[in-house]
Amino acid sequence: MPKDGGIGSSPKRREDIRFLTGTGRYSDDINLHGQAYAHFVRSDVAHGRILSIGTEAAMAMPGVIRVFTARDFEGAGGIPCGWQITSRDGSVMQEPKHPILAEGKVRHVGDPIAVVVAETLAQARDAGEALEIEIEDLPAVIDMRSALAEDAPLVHEDLSSNLCYDWGFVEENREATDRAIREAAHVTTLELVNNRLVANPMEPRVAVGDYAAHSDESTLYTTSQNPHVIRLLMGAFVLNIPEHKLRVVAPDVGGGFGAKIFHYAEEAFCTFAAKALRRPVKWTSSRSEAFMSDAHGRDHVTRIELALDADNNFTALRTETLANMGAYLSTFAPSIPTWLHGTLMAGNYRTPLVYVNVKAVFTNTVPVDAYRGAGRPEATFQLERVIDKAARELGVDPIALRRQNFITEFPYQTPVAVQYDTGDYHATMDKLLEISDHAGFEDRAADSRARGKLRGFGISHYIEACGIAPSNLVGQLGARAGLYESATVRVNATGGLVVMTGSHSHGQGHETTFAQVISDMIGIDADMVEIVHGDTARTPMGMGTYGSRSIAVGGSAMVRAAEKVIAKAKKIAAHLMEAADSDIELADGRFTVAGTDKSVAWGDVTLAAYVPHNYPLEDIEPGLEETAFYDPANFTFPSGAYGCEVELDPDTGEVTVLGFTAADDFGNVINPMIVEGQVHGGLAQGIGQALMENCAYDENGQLISASYMDYAMPRAADLPMFRVDHSCVTPCTHNPLGVKGCGEAGAIGSPPALVNAVLDALHRGGHRVDHIDMPLTPARVWTAMQG
Amino acid sequence: MHKVSMTVNGRPVSGEVEGRTLLVDFLRVNLRLTGTHVGCDTSQCGACTVHMDDQPVKACSVLALDAEGADIATIEGMANADGSLSTIQQAFQDYHGLQCGFCTPGMVMAAAALLRETPRPTEAEVREYLDGNICRCTGYHNIVKAIMAASGQEVVPVAAE
Ligand code: FES
Ligand code: FES
Repeated sequence: MPKDGGIGSSPKRREDIRFLTGTGRYSDDINLHGQAYAHFVRSDVAHGRILSIGTEAAMAMPGVIRVFTARDFEGAGGIPCGWQITSRDGSVMQEPKHPILAEGKVRHVGDPIAVVVAETLAQARDAGEALEIEIEDLPAVIDMRSALAEDAPLVHEDLSSNLCYDWGFVEENREATDRAIREAAHVTTLELVNNRLVANPMEPRVAVGDYAAHSDESTLYTTSQNPHVIRLLMGAFVLNIPEHKLRVVAPDVGGGFGAKIFHYAEEAFCTFAAKALRRPVKWTSSRSEAFMSDAHGRDHVTRIELALDADNNFTALRTETLANMGAYLSTFAPSIPTWLHGTLMAGNYRTPLVYVNVKAVFTNTVPVDAYRGAGRPEATFQLERVIDKAARELGVDPIALRRQNFITEFPYQTPVAVQYDTGDYHATMDKLLEISDHAGFEDRAADSRARGKLRGFGISHYIEACGIAPSNLVGQLGARAGLYESATVRVNATGGLVVMTGSHSHGQGHETTFAQVISDMIGIDADMVEIVHGDTARTPMGMGTYGSRSIAVGGSAMVRAAEKVIAKAKKIAAHLMEAADSDIELADGRFTVAGTDKSVAWGDVTLAAYVPHNYPLEDIEPGLEETAFYDPANFTFPSGAYGCEVELDPDTGEVTVLGFTAADDFGNVINPMIVEGQVHGGLAQGIGQALMENCAYDENGQLISASYMDYAMPRAADLPMFRVDHSCVTPCTHNPLGVKGCGEAGAIGSPPALVNAVLDALHRGGHRVDHIDMPLTPARVWTAMQG
Repeated sequence: MHKVSMTVNGRPVSGEVEGRTLLVDFLRVNLRLTGTHVGCDTSQCGACTVHMDDQPVKACSVLALDAEGADIATIEGMANADGSLSTIQQAFQDYHGLQCGFCTPGMVMAAAALLRETPRPTEAEVREYLDGNICRCTGYHNIVKAIMAASGQEVVPVAAE
């Protein structure tokens, strides 16, 4: 039994109180004295040459303080990209400049052209209407295949083509893979689209810039998952502000899902303008603006081939993907279709040969970057879809085919660079079948049939790489920065302590879970532990929260710092009790001399650390505060089996999700309640992708789905109650907590399970449909049924 | 500019607004009641839900001037008189019905309106009622549970399913 409030228990979240009473402090709740409001004027065409920007009329409007255009940013850097990918031919990727405001050309609908700063938001908007912007339309490239055509218009004229890179992985495997596919007993081929999505955290992005002339210090309040990363990128590469003159604060953040990782133009603008105007400048995104300025996700077009021998063993896998980068390279963009996708292509299977080719393409669309799962959903989707198709072609059970090819021995070195440390895929599959009542499915299907409906069951078994860090590894993979994490543990004189973490919580509940870990380690009440995050002035340099790295990397850093604190506290305790350091034990908030009844309380030791009368100054420095940086040896590898049960109305093509079951192996779990909540949210997003969400452009590059009227967000009535389980545990072997991370699993594992379920239902109804591209709207399903 | 007066969480308030000022901006900007959120510009997300004369409304779709004389309740007024969480708020915490907290004020206000209309809703009724409130974090699972629990119905405890 876990200790109440400790690791493995589910104490209520302490952050909830402020969110439930309206006292949270999100960026838009921050209003600084004398602030002005920024309104971005954005391109309404996908591609065009800016002929002129007339600002005079706008400047004369009431309340207008200044109008900014690209000219104001001469000398500032472009928005940098954090990864560099090398193409198969050894050349580095093509990397265009990404200016803060459009220079000469606009390259997607939503590309910012000018900014009006005024006394009120309404005045800024009114003046925005009065700007006279002349743009000559240029032909736009939207579709990736046409963007790669010889005579395609160039998104960036200073690049040789619209190809960003052509990446092969692992290049040495290519010939052997080709040969194995040629010689296979059976090859299953599938072409599919991983639909473009918009992350849509419910809180739109916000940036508030402030400048203190007396200290020459700039402060940016922003909706970020990683304030230190923003400080580094914006300070060093865009605005030339040294870290000691720049503070970035990400207060309460209303969801991120990837879209708030990246450094955005609006952040640099508000920081810059606040200094230029000597007054705070605030920008709050409208939802419509968010659709055309938040980085989008997914958007891959893939052809995958799975080769099997005569006994149905997987012998080789080859996949070719076109990945949309949009008009500019967002912060992590090049890494998503490569290192977060290619390295996962082995899945849970013993396929000896895997070859991945990715061509990244510039188009006149919003930049595409990480969205929950980032690359891993794309890998899992194609793999778990092609396996189902192979099973159908071979007339075997898709579960049995997976089981036959499961990796069962660990550590397992995949042919795509990564090494899985632990896992037990049969266990999660067993668990799934048990809790989804798979055995009763045929009866339920018969019941549906009797009602004129088609019922289907689909599964997927995913693996993901989490705890995005190993600095050395990501460096080899093209990251321009290492990705460790940090924490400072500061113990106060009366025994309470503050953990300052480089991780950032925007819904994950770190203030609760991180405190649980510390409370367990020391044996003090979690209420004595304060978790501080999201402010570069208060936390050590850290890389933030994404890729399910918070507890695995950030939590590990915190454990290391706490271990240092405890080691020092033991020395002080030893001094107080006149015993040897090595004899001191800490349990339940008391230091004891082993084998004696001598003890001192945690609070006595912490008091002695700061305000001692008698202190061994020559041996120990006063104070009790330690910092640790943690860089893991490997990624973590959560995995799990997902099952989806759907009912389909053959008259309309409408799909109803009747049940969704997730059996995950997350390693050790700190707070089951929070972990389950993460899975629920991921499932909703994955089901949303599979069933309804789609970010659509027309051929001219107009964004068709630009509001909640046309981008279908899953609502409560679209989803069932979920069955989730995390009782299958193979702890991670290389971090101190044995944790793997749970943030993205739901979004990774669910789309293929849902699509497999719909195809199962169709086949049961006699419709021989091989594949339907997501989202599986009634129209698409019905059309597929008509043959 | 026009003068507008109303009661917010039992307190009489007034302020100067433009004809186009929305109720949500009057609450957030003029009154600094920032618990009511704005998540969209098409009246779809429900983050701005407040009660106006005991009816749930989307404060982004009501002009401040149209709330003249009205009785407005926002998330800031939902706790019990002694400051403790109300039954609905407490159920959201107990059942982990919130993650980032951004949709939460709107969800709580919607839930309160639902339970006033339908004291013991079915799961389907809860889901149906929340049609105008989007949450991107929770998958609604725990929100639905919290509302069912707040209505006094038995639900499976958190993290034991
Ligand atoms: S802000 Fe009112 S419905 Fe979205
Ligand atoms: S809790 Fe984040 S949107 Fe609902």
